[in-house]
Parts: sequence; C-alpha cells; structure tokens
Amino acid sequence: MTPSSPRQLPASLWPALGILLLIIVNALFDATTGPGLFAPGSFLNLSFSSGAPAGALIDILNYGATFIILALGMAPVISTRGIDLSVGSIMAISGAVAATMSAAGFHPVASIAAALAISTFCGIWNAILVTVLNLQPFIATLVLMVAGRGIAQLITQSQITTFHDAALEFIGLGRPSFLPLPFPFILATLLFIATALALRKTALGLLLEAVGGNPAAARLAGIRSKLFISGTYVFSGFCAGIAGLIAAANIKAADPFHAGHNLELAAIFAVIVGGTSFAGGRINLLGAAIGALLMQCLITTMYARNIGADVAPLPQALLILIVCIISAPAFRTMLRTRKVPA
Amino acid sequence: MATPDQVPPGQPPLLSARGIVMDFPGVRALANVDFSLRAGEIHALLGENGAGKSTLIKIFSGLHPPTAGSILLAGRELHLSSPQNAQSCGISTVFQEIDCLPQMSIADNICLCRQPTKFGLINHASVRRRAVAALARLELNLDITRALGDYPLAIQQMVSIARALDVDSKVLILDEPTSSLDADESNELFRVMRRLREQGLGIIFISHFLDHVYTIADRISVLRNGANIGTWSTPDLSRQNLIEAMTGRKIEHLPADRSTQSSSSSSNPAVLSVTNLSRSRSVEPTSVTLNASESLGLAGLLGSGRTELARLIFGADTPDRGSISIQHHSVPPGSIRDSIAAGIAFTPEDRKAEGLVLDLSVRENIILAMQSSRGALQPIPHSQQASLADHYIKSLNIRTPSPETPVRNLSGGNQQKVLLARWLAIQPKLLILDEPTRGIDVGARAEIESLIESLRKQGLAIIFISSELEEIVRTCTRVLVMRDHAAVADISTDINESNILSIIAAHNEEHKNGPQNEHAA
Repeated sequence: MTPSSPRQLPASLWPALGILLLIIVNALFDATTGPGLFAPGSFLNLSFSSGAPAGALIDILNYGATFIILALGMAPVISTRGIDLSVGSIMAISGAVAATMSAAGFHPVASIAAALAISTFCGIWNAILVTVLNLQPFIATLVLMVAGRGIAQLITQSQITTFHDAALEFIGLGRPSFLPLPFPFILATLLFIATALALRKTALGLLLEAVGGNPAAARLAGIRSKLFISGTYVFSGFCAGIAGLIAAANIKAADPFHAGHNLELAAIFAVIVGGTSFAGGRINLLGAAIGALLMQCLITTMYARNIGADVAPLPQALLILIVCIISAPAFRTMLRTRKVPA
Repeated sequence: MATPDQVPPGQPPLLSARGIVMDFPGVRALANVDFSLRAGEIHALLGENGAGKSTLIKIFSGLHPPTAGSILLAGRELHLSSPQNAQSCGISTVFQEIDCLPQMSIADNICLCRQPTKFGLINHASVRRRAVAALARLELNLDITRALGDYPLAIQQMVSIARALDVDSKVLILDEPTSSLDADESNELFRVMRRLREQGLGIIFISHFLDHVYTIADRISVLRNGANIGTWSTPDLSRQNLIEAMTGRKIEHLPADRSTQSSSSSSNPAVLSVTNLSRSRSVEPTSVTLNASESLGLAGLLGSGRTELARLIFGADTPDRGSISIQHHSVPPGSIRDSIAAGIAFTPEDRKAEGLVLDLSVRENIILAMQSSRGALQPIPHSQQASLADHYIKSLNIRTPSPETPVRNLSGGNQQKVLLARWLAIQPKLLILDEPTRGIDVGARAEIESLIESLRKQGLAIIFISSELEEIVRTCTRVLVMRDHAAVADISTDINESNILSIIAAHNEEHKNGPQNEHAA
C-alpha cells in the first residue's frame, strides 16, 4: 500500500550534524566577537605542546573518549530493551580500586587488572539480577547505581585517593610518541573497532538484535536470550571499568564522590541520539560513538564560551532537546511530507 | 461467472459510494469504486490483502477523505471529516483489533469517551442505564459491573460492537470480527448480527473466512487491486467463482488430488513418537506417532489443546510427564534448543508476536534458526547467507523487493513464507505449523497449502493446526481430533469435514450429559 520510502538516511548523521553545527557556532563567535577564527584561544585553534596537538577539538576527542567507551557498553544493553544506570558508579568503583592499590604500592598491571575484574563483576551482578531474578533492568541497575558509590567510598575510606604511577596516569594523560593523540581517544577507538568486529564479524550482532527486536520469537528460534542479555550487562560493566580508569588517571586520583557522576545519563543520551531505540532491535554503534562526541562537544562549547557551571545545564538541555527533536522519526516524517505536495 | 447483482431501481441504497478514488503518495489504492449497501442487509466485502478493503472502510469511517468521488447516506451526500463525524452521521465501525480496556468494567467500556455527565462529573447511574440499553439491543445479558477482561474474546468483541452502536446508527462496519473467535463464538456473533439486520441496520462485513461469509452474508462485493470486481447475491456466487474473482486467477482444482495419499505412509519410517505427554491444565496424557511423509492435522475447537500439544512437542512449554523421541532418539522435554537439534521445527500461531523479528531483514530472519543452532561464534558466511535467502525467495515465491527488506514491509502471506524458510533452512524432520494460513489472502493460502503438500512428499513429517476444517481436510493425510485438552480420535481414512465435525460434536454432546457417560460412547 505505502510507496517505497526514499532511502533512509543513516541515524548517525544527526549527531554528526549536531557536532558540525556546534563547531560552526563556536567559529562564528570566535570570528566576530572573539580572538579570530584560528587565533590562539579560539575553538578551531590547534597548538603544539611538546609535539602533541592541543586545543578545543583535541579536548573533545580526549574527554569524549570516556563517553564513547560508556556508550559502546550501553548500546547493546539498550538494544535488548534494557538499561544500565550503574555505569557511573562502576566508574567510581573502578577508579577507587586502581588508585587504592596503586597508592598501596601494587604494580600498575595488577591495579588495572583488579579494577577491570571488579567492574566486570559488577556487570555480572547486574546480569544476575536481570536474567536470573528477572528484575526490571531499571530497578536492577538502580541498586548498583546507589550502592556503587557507597562501595567506592568504602574502598577509599571516603577520601580522595591520589596516586603517582606513570603507567596508570598514561591511561588518562598519555600521548603515544608514534601517534600524538590523547591516549583515551586511541583506547576508545580500539575498543570501538573491537566491539564492531565482535558484533558484525560473528553472529553476536544478529542474535542480539533478534533478542531485542522480538524476545518471544528469538526464544522460539532457539536463541539463548538470557545468555546474550547477560553478556551485554557484563560488557557494559567492563567498559565502565575502563572509563573509570581514564577518569581517575585524568586527575591522578580517585574521587569516589564525583567520578562518573551522572555519566550514565550522558551515555544513554549518546546511544539514543545515535539511533538505537529503547524499544530494542537494531544496534547503532557508530551512532552511539558520534552521539558521545556530541555530548562532549557540548560541554567543551560551554567552557569555550565561558558559560559558568551554574548556568551551563540550561543551554546543554536546550541543545539536547533540539538534537532529540531533529533525530525523532516524527519530525523527519513531517519534513518529508512537507516536500511532497498533498 | 454469475452476472453482478443489480440494485433494483426505486429503492435508494442506505449507503453508497460513487466513483471513489483514493491516492496515497505513489500508489492508487482505490480506482473509481462504486459500492452500495441496503438497509437490513449483511454485505460481505472481500478481497486479497492490498485489494483496498481497508482503505474503503477507512473512507466510510471518516479516517481518510477520498481523493475523488462521493459518499451518500440515504441519498444525502456526506463529507466525513473524522471518525467522530462518521459516528454522528450514523456510521459505526468496529476495527479488527479489539480496542477495549480489559481492566475497566463493561459499562465503562461501552460509554468510554461519551460518558453522560451531570455538573461536569460522570453520572454513573446514567452510564449503567445506557450500557444496559446498548447490550439489550444485542440481546446480551451481562454483569456490566464486572471487568471486561473477565469475559472471553467473543464477549469483548460484542461489547465493542455495543460501544460502536449509537441509538441512531444506520450502518455498522465490522472488520474481521471473527478472526480471533472459535466456531461457537462466531455463531454467537452471527446471531447478534442477524438481530441487528432485523432492526434495519446495514452491515458491512469483512472476513478472510469464506465459510463465515457464506453463513451470514446476503450479498458479496469483491475488490481487487483497488477496483470493485462486482457485487453478487450470495447464493448466485459459487466458491470457485468467488476465489477466482478475488485472485483474478483460474483455480484448477480446489480439492487436492488425494488418490495416492495415506496408502503408503503407514509403512514409512517413524519420525515422531510421543508417549503420554501431559501438562496440567493444558494437555491430558497424549500419545501419538507420526511417520515420514505423513501430515497430521490437529482439529478441534479453540482451546481444545491443539496449540498446547504442539508447543509441548516443540519444547516451548515444559511437560509434566511423558517422552518425545525423533527417529527413535529421545529428545529432552521442554528444551527448544534440543528439539531444534533433533530436527523439530515450529511456526507459532501468531507470526508477528512470536515468529518474526519484524525489524530484521528477510535474509536475517531466514538464517536466524540456523545461526542460533550454530552458535554466535560461527557466523554463516555472507555468501552462504545470500544464497540461502535467494534460494528460499525463489523456491517459496516470497514477494519482496530485496533480501535486505525488513520483514515488516511484507504482506502476511509472504511473512509466513519467510518463517517457513527459516525452518526449512535447518532441514527439519518434523515441521509443526500452527495456523500458518491465519489472516493471509486466498492466493498465498493456496501456495502455502501446496508447499506443505510438496514438503510432505519429500519425506517430511508435518503437524498442521488450523481452525478451518476445510483446510485440514484438504491438506492432511491423518487427523487427530482434540477436545477438552485430550486427543479423542485419530482418523486416517474417510477424512472429511462432516466426519470430523461429528466427532467434535459427539464429544461435546457427551460432555453435556456428564463425564460418567463417556465410557458408554
């Protein structure tokens, strides 16, 4: 009955357009009221400090990496109709474990391994609540969201634990000499490639999308839905662990109160704006990653425009609203029907 | 073919459509359709999926304004702007999906959105009076204070009719009202429809069930590709002619050629052997064996345990007792994965809710069962995926623009074929089909039936469930009749509708006389 619709634009286009829009807005400000388009201190300026590029754009890649890694873990969870609210708290736990062990003199490899192991265990805990006890994912992960920050405080004895370990700091601050980009961004890129390969070069992606798209049908097709759903929470915990290490390394300390605070919401935003639906089904990994960069781009813009931390949430919320509206299918349909004369 | 029925001059039709054209962007859904409905008649509107039936009734019910043409109610031209507008003009529509609120009372459901008020508050006494009056019109006597969800689907269906009908309704449109009802419930609905006909209502009745059409309709109009092919008085139109009008194809033989069946199948190797399989409150202990090249029909009323038995055999539900074996190898009960590994395939009754993943493509849906039995880490190579998809699109004649089209965009019959392809890809030994032809058009139905026949000849054992006896009789070499969660007869000779019906009826009769008589029969 319905005519074949014109080829669908990729969902990851919208957050990418958002990033472009923000960069243009910043450039316009710089060119008109600011120091000039490429002048030092401007948004598009790239300076070189000790051989590595620096500037607002590099900052976006650097700090956006945490968002990307969280979003990579969150996208599969959301595609199976779940949600993981605990990733911010898991970040705090991960950082607390690594910092405390490092301060106690453990080898950095041991600290990192322990932090990731405990984060992964947090994911297993969520998986058990969701698939064995059949709790609603929202409630199940809310438990760890609330409890996790308490656990992190227990580990650090409610202190901000500082550490001095070159290897551990490198995770957050490093610039590899062979590729002078922020190490967190390199890590996020590698994790993105690994996740994409795992989903698309094996049948994991297809089977997950079947589970998310129609759980009853997936069961009757013989798919072990609970196993796959469990896997998404475990992977999300693991990703949050890496993000937690980066966050701690960035400030050379574990801050159990603020590390990863509200970042679960940022990750969920990135995934949704990137075209993965709460209703389950298709996973859009690239969209999630670009959505994460959009989120960071927004935050960096606030800094660049000297918008105070007290006011910043308002313009942020407005921009999020705009992106959500343009990426909403209803809005796109309106645009399309406008073009076709009735 | 019989000549289309002419409206006698001088008698103005109750509702008529003249030269209706409906264009959607890029497609003409209705091209110059004329239609007329008399007062006091039940008029069946038939056609394959996509013929334009839904579009036409949406125009009548005010959902779409037509691109061109006019609608006249008792000779007066109407310009329907909304469903509320159509309703107030006297045209009431009950759509296929029962859109009631099961947790609310019957009275509240009937008066939904039109509650009589007093001083701005709902007047509950008046709500109750109105509900009683609406039900009385249908000769229904129900406890209006009980939640609607406590009643069976048939009652819910009739409550939605009661809700649709206003005191001054002149036209009632029923879209597939019997699709979720069993035979008894359908008859109950027909009684109500006849009663409304006596009151002078014109009823437009849309159904895929030709039996129902011949039972209840006074006249039949057939739409095909957006055009009205003709209107006939029901007795003047044979089934053969009706199906030809709907499909536009000549059908050589409706009753399958059955001369070679069943003689040899008993000597074929056994495929399935079920012993005393039972599950409390759904299936009484049942034993059945099935050989290669046999197709076993499960007949019985809705709720007789047909679907439940099939799900137990497949492992979708866990039996309390009993064993299943495939080719003499025992299959662990209640495990879908083990059943699939043993070669059992199952297409569920509700293909959208439990069968297909609608957002995934045709190719992905086809390979799904095969991929899941290989495990996630051994992906089927892309070239093999493509050739599997191509193979089944060709061999099952799946009409899809491409293997990458989401299954959501396909018609019901083609969706069903995709589901069949998924299971044929694992090369099963036993194929269980639960209502594979429900809600799909006549052409696709015939294709699926002939497909089942050719699979059977290739040596597959098939279990076929259908609410339409006619279809079981055409398709199956053996029939297991079920009643009250138990198998009551296994027929392999003289399979015909009256035979099966008499078994179902006989047992129903027994049931009424009480269980103590059961041994005497």
